[in-house]
Amino acid sequence: MTDLAHIRNFSIVAHIDHGKSTLADRLIQLTGTVSERDMKEQLLDAMDIERERGITIKANTVRIEYKAKDGETYILNLIDTPGHVDFAYEVSRSMQAVEGSLLVVDATQGVEAQTLANVYQALDADHEIVPVLNKIDLPAAEPARVAEQIEDVIGIDASDAVHISAKTGLGIPDVLEAIVTRLPAPKGERNVPLKAMLVDSWYDAYLGVVVLVRIMDGVLKKGDRIRMMQTGAIHNVDKLAVLRPGMVDVAALGPGEIGIFTGSIKQVRDTRVGDTITHEKHSAQKALPGFKPSVPVVFCGLFPVDSAEFDDLRNAIEKLALNDASFSYEMESSAALGFGFRCGFLGLLHLEVIRDRLEREWGIDLITTAPSVVYNVYLKSGEMIELHNPADMPDLTYVDHIEEPRITATILVPDEFLGDVLKLCHDRRGIQKDLTYAGSRAMVVYDLPLNEVVFDFYDRLKSITRGYASFDYQIDSYRADNLVKMQILVNDEPVDALSIMVHRDRAESRGRAMCEKLKELIPRHMFKIPIQAAIGGKVIARETLAALRKDVTAKCYGGDVTRKKKLLEKQKAGKKKMRQFGKVEIPQAAFISALKMDG
Amino acid sequence: MSLAIVQTLSENSLPPSSVAEDWRAGGFGLYLHWPFCQAKCPYCDFNSHVAGDVDQVRWRAVLLSEIARVATETPDRVLNTVFFGGGTPSLMDPDLVAAILDAVRAAWPLANDLEVTLEANPTSVEAGRFRGYRDAGVNRVSMGIQALNDSDLRRLGRLHSVAEARNAFAIARNVFDRVSFDLIYARQHQTRAAWRTELREAMAMAADHLSLYQLTIEPGTAFGRLANAGRLDGLPDDDRAADMYADTQEICGAAGLPAYEISNHARPGAESRHNLIYWRGGDYAGIGPGAHGRLTLGGTRYATQTPLAPAAWLERVERAGSGELPRQVLAPFDQAQEYLMMALRLREGAQIDRWDKLSGSVDILQKINGLDGLNVLHCHAGTLALTDRGRPVLNAVLRELLAEV
Repeated sequence: MTDLAHIRNFSIVAHIDHGKSTLADRLIQLTGTVSERDMKEQLLDAMDIERERGITIKANTVRIEYKAKDGETYILNLIDTPGHVDFAYEVSRSMQAVEGSLLVVDATQGVEAQTLANVYQALDADHEIVPVLNKIDLPAAEPARVAEQIEDVIGIDASDAVHISAKTGLGIPDVLEAIVTRLPAPKGERNVPLKAMLVDSWYDAYLGVVVLVRIMDGVLKKGDRIRMMQTGAIHNVDKLAVLRPGMVDVAALGPGEIGIFTGSIKQVRDTRVGDTITHEKHSAQKALPGFKPSVPVVFCGLFPVDSAEFDDLRNAIEKLALNDASFSYEMESSAALGFGFRCGFLGLLHLEVIRDRLEREWGIDLITTAPSVVYNVYLKSGEMIELHNPADMPDLTYVDHIEEPRITATILVPDEFLGDVLKLCHDRRGIQKDLTYAGSRAMVVYDLPLNEVVFDFYDRLKSITRGYASFDYQIDSYRADNLVKMQILVNDEPVDALSIMVHRDRAESRGRAMCEKLKELIPRHMFKIPIQAAIGGKVIARETLAALRKDVTAKCYGGDVTRKKKLLEKQKAGKKKMRQFGKVEIPQAAFISALKMDG
Repeated sequence: MSLAIVQTLSENSLPPSSVAEDWRAGGFGLYLHWPFCQAKCPYCDFNSHVAGDVDQVRWRAVLLSEIARVATETPDRVLNTVFFGGGTPSLMDPDLVAAILDAVRAAWPLANDLEVTLEANPTSVEAGRFRGYRDAGVNRVSMGIQALNDSDLRRLGRLHSVAEARNAFAIARNVFDRVSFDLIYARQHQTRAAWRTELREAMAMAADHLSLYQLTIEPGTAFGRLANAGRLDGLPDDDRAADMYADTQEICGAAGLPAYEISNHARPGAESRHNLIYWRGGDYAGIGPGAHGRLTLGGTRYATQTPLAPAAWLERVERAGSGELPRQVLAPFDQAQEYLMMALRLREGAQIDRWDKLSGSVDILQKINGLDGLNVLHCHAGTLALTDRGRPVLNAVLRELLAEV
């Protein structure tokens, strides 16, 4: 146990690519927490997907020991938080567990929308904030201008911002000193009943559920009997450790400390993030405030390409859900796709991450249906139903009106791209709320329907601004609009997995775009295939895919049989990646690609 | 239409009554691979090597040893056909061809109408060896003419001219009873009209057999690399290629050389008997580097294969007494699939009772019902065959027929 004065708990707030993970790596490296031999780039981003995409998804924690200039040794606990808007909720709860933040801003880029959202969360959590200007070694760095921008936009003092280059290691010792001297020590009392905040939990194949806790008051020891105050569950502390970032056993954790314990807990669902942990006996009287639960906002169907893999998918989804309480699922059956799951996600990135993990870690090929938001459908009877799946849309004669979720989107963009961004927001049914300038960059605030954003808004924004725009959003409210369900018919058969909810005014153009896309995506068959978009019984767009006329191997003799048979096997395997709709086979990729809009 | 296709099975005793005897319906042939060429053609993905000096003495010894080995495994079989393929077998010394055919005659009882084919390039040098090949026992040549247009020949990497090819062809017609030649079409920048004209010229040359291949861009070839780099322009799209295929059927049919297989045309009775063994699911021994075989021995059917590299094959034979890599057992069901895949290439089609026996009675007719209304297959008198409409989309038909069987 360490006394409070020698503990500093902090997180790092940064935009993607502004160097958060690299800085965390340097802090770990410079303090000798991990030997050079074990040093991997982006140590804390443990999942393959996190490393590949250069993002952090789950909060990760590391305990660093640092001998400061005052000659004392300090324990620094870093909780590395996700940077993406989908995981804002994880950010907020991680922030509750620490007292300060490093605000890392790329000195060549300046403040981004995402930085803003996260720094506001840090301010909400009463954090002391130390601005850090990164990439100071690059010729394009403008530290003075960026410091000014931080003061203008965020409203915090940036005059003594730490100048660093996480890449070269320049200024890293100054960061460590600033953590010790400028961030506050945690508060808490040792000789009172235990109060520990459940910050996060995850499933480990060997240990069962691992619980990350921040001790607020009291002392947690190995062997203790503890109670989860919300759920009432009692567990025995089998293992108590700190993360460096590997687990290092400790006998006890005192106030201000952050560590993990295990206690034969079977599922992540059995632990409630934000819950207060106390001792079974001598319990705390009052729980900590806790967090509001995360709510899925994007839904889609996940179906196994090979229907024989349904049980594998169920198993995989259950395992994943063990580790991710923010992801919801329920069984769904589709006329065309068979049995699968309707799943709820925090956002589109969350969806992609889960899908990638199912495909990669469990080896299941998946069909992902069109992502949808949750609509509130008001029936004439006065009843309201939450529509998670356009396929479940009631007959229009029963419907009074439909409300859709809207968001408040903040976009920061260099001047030159402003016109294109305004057009994009307008095309997506946006209502401008604000337009201000910070330096040579505009900050626009838009009220947008979530369903227009959920699919490929962010991709489009990146491409029209060549990656210079940054974007963040908050769910705002539900509002009524002229929404209809559009169906796609392939060879005169409706494909329920391609049904979408769309604004009436946008239906024709969306329908035409989807038919054109499907014409490219569906391979030619031995017969011609009409592809239509329809609202109710009315066809609003149509394309025709011509019949296959040539697909034959020119030469096939004795020496070719083995090879051609393998090719045929491969093509048959390729057929498995298709779904049969009547007589037509649709490649699984089509279910997502058909929805991508080019304009 | 029905075709009077020559029988290859008569000497190999009775029609097949069981899986173990199924090969008898196709006959028995010997394939010999000569892997060397003077130059590698940019479209060719066959096992061919450019080598200056070939030690024909060493090759003779190794080829003869392989013939003897295969013969001891297939005693008392009547040999229907021999095929020298390549590479360019017309680079072989006629003496070597003679020695091989002497050994073949000593090794197996021969069919009365033994067909011995040799693939030849249409150059004057090679034409000079034609008499030697005939005297050795070759009775059919298949000439790689490829195009009747000099600029396209150059583009295809061929070393001969049209004039030289016509000359070599005339010599071949004099020397051999049966002559076939190959053309490649759907070439870069080739129009339908140009192909129709070229094909009519080919008809006028009075061959009894033609192999007409649509240019296929294979991975690992020079054309494949160019195509990947986006530098192979002017290739027809699938619709134009389909039109050219239809033109080919029309012109050859009118000239009395209808297609008896996807890409092969013959006057009735002049079909390649050796190739029919492949398409009819017969047995064949493959000798030489990279040669494949299908042999039914002791009731089990095997797929045989040898190393691709000439040196590796030679050494393997010299060291181990056999050029073969470990044999793969072909389960009856694999045989059934191969049979369907190959036999549907033929106009005569596949025999449903053979499929039933090999597949263990997997109901192919039910699969055919799924293709109902598309007019790609017809079923008549116990045979299953493609229609004119089905032939150019055979791969798609096979995917349906063999899906989930």
